[in-house]
Formats: sequence, C-alpha cells, structure tokens
Amino acid sequence: MKIFGIPVFPEQASTFAKDVDALYFFIFATSAFFAVVVAIAVIYFGIRYHKTHDGEIGARIEGSLPLELLWSVIPTIIAMVMFGWGATVFYHLRRPPAEAMHVYAVGKQWMWKFQHLEGQREINELHIPAGRPIKITISSEDVLHSLYFPAFRTKMDAIPGRYTELWFEAQTPGEYHIFCAEYCGTNHAGMIGTVTVLEPAQYQAWLQGGGLEGTLAERGAKLFNDLACSTCHLDTGQGRGPSLKDIVGKTVDLQDGSSVMVDEAYLRESILNSQAKIVKGFQPLMPTFQGLVSEENLVALIEHVKSMSPNATTATVPATGAAAATPNPAAAAAEKK
Amino acid sequence: MLDKLKIPERHYLNNGHGLASWLLTKDHKRIAIMYLISISVMFFLGGLFAVGIRLELATPAGDFVSADAYNKFFTAHGVIMVFFFLIPSIPAVLGNFLIPPMIGAKDLAFPRINLLSLYIYWIGGIFTLYAMLSGGVDTGWTFYTPYSATGSNSNVVPVALGVFIAGFSSILTGLNFIVTIHRMRAPGMTWFRLPLFVWAHYATSLVQVLGTPVIAITIVMLGVERGLGFGIFDPARGGDPVLFQHLFWFYSHPAVYIMILPALGVQSELISTFSRKTIFGYSFVAFSSLAIAVFGFIVWAHHMFVAGISTYAAMVFSFLSFSVAIPSAVKVFNWTATLYKGAISFETPMLYAYGFMGLFAIGGLTGLFLATLGMDIHLHDTYFVVAHFHYIMVGGAIMGYMGGLHFWWPKITGRMYSEFFSRIAAILVFVGFNLTFLPQFVVGYLGMPRRYHSYPDEMQVLNVMSSAGASVLGLGYFLPVLYLLWSLKNGEVAGANPWGASGLEWQTQSPPLTENFIEAPVVDHEPYEYEHVVAKEKHLV
Repeated sequence: MKIFGIPVFPEQASTFAKDVDALYFFIFATSAFFAVVVAIAVIYFGIRYHKTHDGEIGARIEGSLPLELLWSVIPTIIAMVMFGWGATVFYHLRRPPAEAMHVYAVGKQWMWKFQHLEGQREINELHIPAGRPIKITISSEDVLHSLYFPAFRTKMDAIPGRYTELWFEAQTPGEYHIFCAEYCGTNHAGMIGTVTVLEPAQYQAWLQGGGLEGTLAERGAKLFNDLACSTCHLDTGQGRGPSLKDIVGKTVDLQDGSSVMVDEAYLRESILNSQAKIVKGFQPLMPTFQGLVSEENLVALIEHVKSMSPNATTATVPATGAAAATPNPAAAAAEKK
Repeated sequence: MLDKLKIPERHYLNNGHGLASWLLTKDHKRIAIMYLISISVMFFLGGLFAVGIRLELATPAGDFVSADAYNKFFTAHGVIMVFFFLIPSIPAVLGNFLIPPMIGAKDLAFPRINLLSLYIYWIGGIFTLYAMLSGGVDTGWTFYTPYSATGSNSNVVPVALGVFIAGFSSILTGLNFIVTIHRMRAPGMTWFRLPLFVWAHYATSLVQVLGTPVIAITIVMLGVERGLGFGIFDPARGGDPVLFQHLFWFYSHPAVYIMILPALGVQSELISTFSRKTIFGYSFVAFSSLAIAVFGFIVWAHHMFVAGISTYAAMVFSFLSFSVAIPSAVKVFNWTATLYKGAISFETPMLYAYGFMGLFAIGGLTGLFLATLGMDIHLHDTYFVVAHFHYIMVGGAIMGYMGGLHFWWPKITGRMYSEFFSRIAAILVFVGFNLTFLPQFVVGYLGMPRRYHSYPDEMQVLNVMSSAGASVLGLGYFLPVLYLLWSLKNGEVAGANPWGASGLEWQTQSPPLTENFIEAPVVDHEPYEYEHVVAKEKHLV
C-alpha cells in the first residue's frame, strides 16, 4: 500500500502474508481501542476535574475490587486470544509440507548463497516458482545471520554449526527484498538481495539456463569420491564405514545402545564431528571433516547421500537444528508414508 | 500572607565545602547529585551517537560515515544509554536522594557502600569510554556470539569489562535499597504506608541483585572464549552460539524492568500529587511492580523466536510474555481511575506524567505484537522492535526520569525553575519523541532491519521524518539543561512543599539537612492523605 507514492505497508506476496496481516490488524484494532479509551478518559478527567481553587483535594476513593478484577480478567482473555491466534499462525509457519521444493541457503559475511537441487547456484538472488511451497534449509559459514523475506512475512536465523529452515509459498510473481536481519558485522546492510518469483513455466525456462556442474547431488557424488568417502562407505555394507544406501529417514542403532533417525542434521554432524555418534558394529575410524568441507559442499554431500535413498521423502530438519535429539519413532514412521 | 520564603541557613549542600567534602561524603543526597552529573554526561554522550545515527539514516546510501563507524555508533549509543544512563538513572539519582527521606530515615543502610557503588560506576564508565574512544566496539550492545567471540576485531573485551564492572555498582545499589527499606523505616511507616515510588524501587532492587550476576558471568564466559580460546559459544570448538543469547537475555530482559519499574513508581507519585487524591488500588499498584519483576525473569526467550529454539519452547515463552502485559495494564487503569474526581492541575511534572501515560501505553501495546508468535517472526530485528523499546525505555523510563527530576528539583535544590520554559520542553519532548519513533513502526513493518547503515530508497521519507523528529526531541532534552542550571542561582525559593504533596520527604526543609529531619518522624496516617497536607498548610497560616 502506498500513500503519496510512499510505501507504508509491505506487499503481500505469500500465503502467509495474508495470515500475518490479519493477525496484525486484529492486534492493532484491539490495542487502538484500549489506547483510545484510556486517552479519552485521561483527557476528559483532566478537564472535568481540573483543580478550581487552592486547597482543593480530590475525593477519597481507595479502590474497587470488582473493577480491579474486571480490568485484570478482560485483558487476560484478550491476551490469550492473541497468544492462541499467534501460536496457530506460527505453528503453520514452522511446518513445511512434505512436497515442498527444497532450496539450500548459506549465509556468509556478507552475501547469501542459494543452491537449487537442479544445480543452479545464485548469490544474493533467488529464483523460485509461484504457487509452490518452497523449503529453505539455512546454514552459516561464519557468524549469525537471518534470512528475511518481508514480502513473505517470514525469517529465520542462520546459525553456524547447525541447520535451520523456513518455508513459504509465494503467490504473486515479481521481485522482492531479501534482507539479512541479524547483525553480522561491517557490511551487514549490504547483505541484501532480490527474490524473483516466476510463473511456473518461466521458472522451468530459467532452470534450463544454468546448472553447468550438474545437479547438487551430482556435485556431491563427485565430492564423495574426491574426499575418499567412497573408499569406506561401500554400498555392500562390507566397508569400514556403514553403507549409506537407503538410510535416510530410517533409524540406526548406535554403539552406545541409543539410536538416531538419519536426517540432514545427523548427516551433517557425522561428517563434521564423526566421533559423536558411532553406528553399532563399526569402529571410530572416520576422520573429522570440520574445517575441510565448506557449508556449500556439505550440502552437496548431504544431497548425494539423500539421493542414495530414493524411496525416502526429504528428511525434515528439526527446527532446533541440533543433530542430537532422541529419535521419535512416530515421526520416522510418518516420514516413510 | 507569609513572609517571602528563604533558603534555610543549614542544609546538605552547604554542610562542608571543597572537593573532598563531596568525594568522601557519606550523604546519600550528595552521592545522588554526583550520580546526576555523571549520568547527565553519559546521556549527552549517548545522545551524540544517536545524532550520528539519525544523520546517517537521513539518506538511503551509507554516505555520512563508514559502515564500521556506523556500527560503532549504534553500539556506543546502546551501551552508554542502557548500562550507564538508563539502569542507574532513576534509582541512583532519585531513588538514592529520596528513599531515606520518604521512609523517614537519615541515610541508606550502608552509606559507605553507597559511595563505593558510585566509584565503581565511575571506574566502569571511564573504562568503557576509554575503550570506545580508543577504537570502539562494533558488536551492538547485545554482544552476540560468535561475532563478538571470533568475528569482531574491535575492543569487545574492554567494553564488556566496563559493563561487568558497572554491574557491581548496580548490585550494591540494589542491595542497599533492599536493606534500607526493610530496616530503616520510621516508626509507623508500615509496608502498606510506603510511597509507591519505594515499592517500585524495592521490586527494581530485587531484579538488580538477582539478575546482574548473570550478565557478569556471561561476560566472563565471553572473555575467556575471546581471550583464552575456550569453546563455549563457538560451534567449531564444540560450543553453542545460541547459549549466549539465553544467558544474555536472562539478565537483559529483566534489565528492561530495572529501567522502567522506577519510572512507574515516579508516575504513581506524580499522578497522585497533581490530582490531590490517593492512588486508586494502592495494593494492586504495589504488587503489580513485584509481579512485573518476577514475571520479567521467565520471558527472556521471546527475544529468540527465530534463533533456532524449538517450536514448543517458543510457544511457552510467548504465553509467559503475555503475563507481563497484565500487571502493566493494571497500572495504567489504576492511574486513569485515580484521576477520576481528582483536583487536577498541570504543572510541568504532570505534563510529563500525561506524556508518560500515552507513550508507555503505546510502548506496552506494541509489545503485544512482539509477544505474538506468528507476528514476531516478521517483526523481529526490524525497526518495529527499535520503535517499541524506545517507547518503553525513552518514552517510559526517560519521561519518568524527567517528570521525577522536575517534581523533586525544588526539594533537591530548594529552588523552582521556569514554569514557562519547562512546559515548552515537556511538550517538545512529547511531540519530538512521537515524530521520531512513530514512523519507525511503519518502516519496521515494511521490513527495514535494525542496524542497517544503508537501506532501500523507498524507505527514505519515513527515515527523514524520524531524523527530523529527533532534532525536536534533542531540543526538548537540551532546554532543561539551561533553565535548571539557571534556577540554581536565580530560581524562586521553593519552600518545603511547593506542590502540596503528601510524602514524608516534603515535610522536611528544601534542600534538606544532611540528616534529613531535625527530629525523627513518626508516621500516624495512611499514604497520600491530602487532608493532612491541607490541614498542615492551614495550621501554618
């Protein structure tokens, strides 16, 4: 919305935008009501009960329990409505649909790098199709960042050492801001870009134009060989490391008797901090790749491993990101469906 | 009529002359004056950095100062204003000066510790200022890891150490107030006869004593990570960057209540005095201060809804955050009800009190947006948040401080300031403040992130409005420096109780004696009974 040509309200370019704005108008109307009531009362009393002569004092009114209860209980109820509504919108915002298109984002001082599964890589630009849920898995090469799409009304911090994610479904083709919302040093304000929402057909055309190095998984397969992962992780299960075939979304037993579901966070941890969780029946022989694999290559490796489990739907990253987490069998079962 | 009022012959200001009589004083009132001067200098410095910020943001391009300089500006603004102005402001100046006479005591329980806390504040302040002027720090006042631990090349540890040192000053002041309020009340001054200003300071002191050690520990952890290479927050060394945020906000959210609670206490005094009426629902107002202090400790993670905490943790903290809204709303309703059937007049302190009602209401209500989960995801780290907390911390805390300073100035100095210029200043502050910060809500909802050195062109008009408003606000803050200083020599003599207020502090001379009262007072009536004030005035005539 614009007044005198100046934007005063952001464009609604995602399905969330309407949900979030509806919530905004509800809280705004409620707040404005109370503010106006108090303002009118305060101004009216100020005029009506203005002191008229020296020595005048106010009426002795100590208080009123019913009134106190009234103006404690009513705001409490209204606050609970706000909480419930807000929590509902939030829950939706935090639950990407299983069929969402997957994109990886890496924050780095001071740029956003995006990688499409089809192999396209972009810096400070992101092309996506309209009308399709998009899930972005976010990581950071250095410090905290926060991937922010104001027109989609969503953001999520990029945290070094773990994955976070956000999702949205863009509706209106066009170009919108990408900001870094979490202060990240000198050129924080320069860590901005443009997200281009394309009609699905245009998006397909755009995809044809890039991906010279093959898909993300193919790049990962090459790294898998270059880093000699393939010498131990044999498909047969006879190698010094466990087979990685068809493991994503499954639960594996660990040396210490616990078990863990294989998702992006677990794969990430197993590459960077290989001693953290040892699969039952194997020796802790794998070297750590901390500092040897960039966030972008890590993502490619994970996509390669995921491509070895063709039957698994995309493993979800818990919003907490930490690779730990005792697996939830129900969630694992849901994954398989 | 009475003879012309005279400044009393003997009072705390002429009891001893020379620098040593000030630097070695144990008088809470002289210590308060030294705090007043110190925090005014800090406010001026913090304000200068704000001028730099608003000048930079007058144009979309980063063309006034470099990005690094800008980052150091907003860090300096935040660190100085939060740790060296707002946190000590009302407690160390007004609380220090007024709590003993309000409860009928000669001094605080530990006068030497009071002086010590001033010295610690000075050491922390000088340390921080030196670190800022000799290179500065660019992490933001929040010192988020891993940027502060491994990313920044600026003076992180020295500045954080200054904050660490100043924290002890805050703890000692809080401790002193708690003991004083428990042990030093005059005969008849029961808990429910305490002025609400004292209740608010009691709640504040609890937060200072319980919360401040946590920030001290956090700074030590940051120091050993940065200096000795411990892996506490750095994920590459097995640490957790989000842990820092939990620890930081465990103190820094309650710290917001260290800043605002005393202002709520001032507000109760002003509303009662200038409507000549007892506070509506005294015990609800008193206990709401304690409720805010307690709830303030269990809402910290609402600063972290997009920082990777779990969905369910976010829901719990959102729910708890709304619990702080209720006692705050109760206070506003009770002040409003107090005005009903009052005998209201609009001297300068009351103008500030009215301004406070408006700004604190907007600040509080915009807090609801941020506590609401689905909403905060969009608003977090934008100018909406900047506007919200300035409404609370400037619109609330500084309005309260200014209102309190104008209210008790005749008590502190014995003289009145210019009523005309002080009203002009109060109006300038209110108008300038809204011009500065209302546009920031709009630009925040548009999506402008905080701590941006440059920004998209279409956001310029709103930013220019904000910068223009800031100049009006600046004028409103500068004017009092002139007429208050002028009043020291030339102001009309105020007398003991120029406002017809009911508190014990108004029953002693202005300025008070070093020992506050000639004979120890005995309290035989409830608080805010203006019948007694009127009776006493008549008796005097």
